[in-house]
Parts: sequence; structure tokens; C-alpha cells
Amino acid sequence: MMPDSRDIRDLYQDMIFEHSKRPENFHALPDANRKAEGFNPLCGDHFTVFLRLDNDTVTDISFEGLGCAISKSSASMMTASLKGKTKSQVQELFAQFQRLVTNRAIETDDEAELGKLVVFSGVCEFPVRVKCAILAWHAMMSALDQKADMVSTE
Amino acid sequence: MSTTANRVGSVAVGFDAVGFSQDFPALHQLVHGKPLVYLDNAATSQKPRSVIDAITRFYEEDCSNIHRGVHLLSERATKAYEEVRLAVQQFIHAARPAEVIFVRGTTEAINLVAQSYGRTHVKTGDAVLVSAMEHHSNIVPWQILCEEKGSKLRVIPMNDRGELLLEEYEKLLTPETKLVAVAHVSNVLGTVNPVKQIIRMAHEYGIPVLVDGAQAVPHLQVDVQDLDCDFYAFSGHKMYGPTGIGILYGKKRLLEAMPPYQGGGDMISSVTFEKTTYNSLPHKFEAGTPNISGVIGLGAAIKYLARVGLDNVATHEHDLLAYATEQITRFSGVRVIGTAQAKAAVLSFVLDGIHPHDIGTILDHEGIAVRTGHHCAQPVMQFFGIPATTRASFALYNTEAEVDVLLRGIAKVQEMFA
Repeated sequence: MMPDSRDIRDLYQDMIFEHSKRPENFHALPDANRKAEGFNPLCGDHFTVFLRLDNDTVTDISFEGLGCAISKSSASMMTASLKGKTKSQVQELFAQFQRLVTNRAIETDDEAELGKLVVFSGVCEFPVRVKCAILAWHAMMSALDQKADMVSTE
Repeated sequence: MSTTANRVGSVAVGFDAVGFSQDFPALHQLVHGKPLVYLDNAATSQKPRSVIDAITRFYEEDCSNIHRGVHLLSERATKAYEEVRLAVQQFIHAARPAEVIFVRGTTEAINLVAQSYGRTHVKTGDAVLVSAMEHHSNIVPWQILCEEKGSKLRVIPMNDRGELLLEEYEKLLTPETKLVAVAHVSNVLGTVNPVKQIIRMAHEYGIPVLVDGAQAVPHLQVDVQDLDCDFYAFSGHKMYGPTGIGILYGKKRLLEAMPPYQGGGDMISSVTFEKTTYNSLPHKFEAGTPNISGVIGLGAAIKYLARVGLDNVATHEHDLLAYATEQITRFSGVRVIGTAQAKAAVLSFVLDGIHPHDIGTILDHEGIAVRTGHHCAQPVMQFFGIPATTRASFALYNTEAEVDVLLRGIAKVQEMFA
């Protein structure tokens, strides 16, 4: 049997509890011009991410939905991190976050760029929970990549 | 794997769960540094040494194909394979060995009936009746059939305890209803459905009934003749046998009239390019080389269960479930999902404000294996207005002390999320 050094509190850090209990930007966005859903059929987690994109800059972002503490706190902290970022900055941060939670070689400046998001560094030790941490991010990327004329702004 | 752990003791009297647990090698290991408490038996049970050894012995001594060779190994393998059919016949009290069809599992058994019996008997405008608490495997095969045939899938409703409403059921027994397919025991709620009554009511209208027995056979005596069911489907792996082997029981009269499900070797009497004559039962439904080692492992599992005694198992698991239910309802913020009068071995619950996925990860770190999610029964989740549950499910080797470990684990989860 493999020795196991994983500590449960490496996964569930305090900031994760805080954001899962009191998520930021947890509401619909009436003037969003991008919107996408993220759904994990295996556990039923389901989020909608709303984006307001002006001149390739995320001027507002929010989310709604149901999920576990990891997925919900990740969605909350994602929205907090992306406001004001340009499309290419968002894409770069997504790649960094993905590296963080899947434990691929973290580049030296990643940690600085990721800021508070490094509380998700424990996720890579829990392979079945990686999908939870990345769910809202995938929804956000899908919203970001939408062509404006295809998007419902309801 | 050399790590072992002392199993926590049992306080149950007269049934030596700890002693039986010694027969199951996989139970004796540390998980995240804690002794494994395996409470995911409704997903699959662990296997006793006798089952593992029977499979090994087959591959080491008797490995050959069956029903074909004239050589000694094939003769031994064929004999062993067909002896298990007799053991299954006795296990479920079927009238004839030919009514026992070996399949991959419950899912394949239901698909076989849907594709063979269903496609022959269900026509445009007809209906197939399932219950509100079915596993996806007893919903989707019927949906595929109904879509193809232009027929309807109708649902027997349940109350909020997770009990089927038989008066509503009776109203659905209309002339267009051509088959009823219902779980014996619910995999999410633990409800033991009154299948004998359900069958009798359907038969009054001349409607045949398929029973999904996947969650029933490990926990209670099944007598298909007493139930008078037309089809009974179950899997080996939830009753201490290997994965990949299951049973379809069907009444001979029905099976004989049904077209084959798959074509291939073993299911034929003669083949020319012009015409094929099908083999007799049960071989007509066993195309291709079957899961011979799986059948032999299943035989060992039936022997094991017979030695322990299914009635003893049922009593022990009933005591465990009663104890766990009583203890868990003392927690604040716990809601048990599935509170039927008649239940077997399954305790599903939700904790206020805590997602089952988080519960599952934290319990895993306490060495406790439970299932979290929708349990392949999304309509049940929708009925109760929840995305998922945490499910503890019991087997003959579980103990009250293990239930106590689970309860301490739940307390820890609530503490972390407080």
C-alpha cells in the first residue's frame, strides 16, 4: 500500500470554507453579454457563469448554481480574480490555475500571478476533486470564447 | 500488500461479523492511515477468499472453453459451469435450470428483456411501467425501447418516505400497459418494495413483471416461484461474487417464445448461410464464450452465502441499519432520505449546508468508504429536491463499531464545516 501524506486540511483550507459559505459575486448578471453553464453529471454540480466583456476586458463577472465546497469556493475566487482582466490575461490565468490543480510543473511566476488562488494547491493531491476545482473555470472559458452574436443576453 | 489493521470489534450477539470479515482479504488494510471501514456495499461488496480462490483455481487447473471440447479440461470446466446454474436455480428457487441465463449483470439482463421480449410485445401506443425509484439501468433500456416503438414510459409514484403508491399503481394497469419493471430493493432509499403484491396486481390484468433484484439478493431470500415474477435480474458482484457476471431468470414459457438477444456461437443448433436453428434454453441467450471464471466465482459466492445463512445476514444487517438510523437521527442537521417501513441495508442521508462530495472526501480520510452522488438514480434526487446524497450500505461483515466510526466521521465533517 502506498504511504499517504495527504492531509485533509491541505484540501480544505480556511479560505475555501469562507468562500463556500459566503461566495462573492454569487448572483445573476442582468447586463452580461456572455453566459455559459458548467455541469458535472457525476456529482450533480451545476454552475452558470455570467460575463460582461467590453473591448476584450472582463468588466463584470458573476456566477450562480449548486456544488460542493471546492467547486463553489473556486467559482467565487475565480470571479474575484478575473474582474478587470483582459481576455488574454484571463486565458493565461486559466492555464496557470489548471497547472496548479493538476500539479503539472508550476512555473516560477505562476504563484505570484495566482495570488490567493494558491489555496487550491492541495487539490492536486486529490485527483477525484480536480474536476470540482476546475468546473466553473471551464464554464467561464466557454463563455469567454463565445462569439458575441451567438450569445443570449437575457 | 502487507499492511494490515485490527478490525474494530462487534457488539452484535450471535452473529460473528468480525469472524466473517476475516474471510475478506481486502477489508484488512489501512486507508489514509486508518483501518478501512467499507460501507459501499450497495455499489459492490468485497469478495471472500473462497471466491478469489475459486477463480484462481479455474485458471490454474481447468481453464478451457465450455460446451465444445471433448478433452478433459473442457469437460471439467463445462461441469463446473453448469453446476453453478443448478446452484443459482436453487438459490432463487427457480423451477428449472434452463430458466437461469448467465449475463454480464443486472443491466444486461434488463436490456436483454427490453430488446427481446420488449421489441416483440410492446407496440406503438403501448406503455411500459417503471417506478419512481428505479436505477437508471431499469429506466434507460425501456426508454430506448419506447422511443423505437413509439410507446410510453409511465411511472409508479412514491410518497416522501420512499414507498410506492399502490393505489396509483393500480390505476396505471391499463390495457396498453405491456410490462411492469420494478426494483425489489431501492439502491438509494433501501425500500423493500412489496413485489409479490405488485406482481399479483399486474397479473390480474395479464401484465408480466420484471423485478430488478440487484439490491435484494445479497440481503433477503428470493423465491421467484413464490413471487411469481416473470423475469428477475441480478448481479453477482453485489452478493460477494465477481464483477461481470449476472443472472436473468425468466419463466420458461416466456423465454422460449422470445427471439435471441445476441447471435453467435453456442446459441445455435445448426447454421447454414440460408438458415440458422437456435439452440434450446438457456443456451439460446448465451451467445459467445461466456464469463466462465465469473460463473465459477459466483458459484463460490452462493456457497459462501449459504454457509453464513441469508436469514442470519438479513437479521444482522437489519440490526445494523436500525442502530445506524437511530444514532444518525440524533445529529442535528441530518436528514435521512428513504424512511420506508420496510428497508434493507441502505442508509442515505444529507447534511444541512454540506455537499455530499465534501462529506465523501472527509470520510475517506477517516478510512470510511461510502458512496456520494446521485447513485444512478437522478429521478429519485429530483423527487427529493437534492443534487446528491451520501449513502452508507451494509454487508454481512460490517459491525456496530464500524457504524460508530461512521458517526464520528460525520461529527468531524460537521465540525469542519461549522
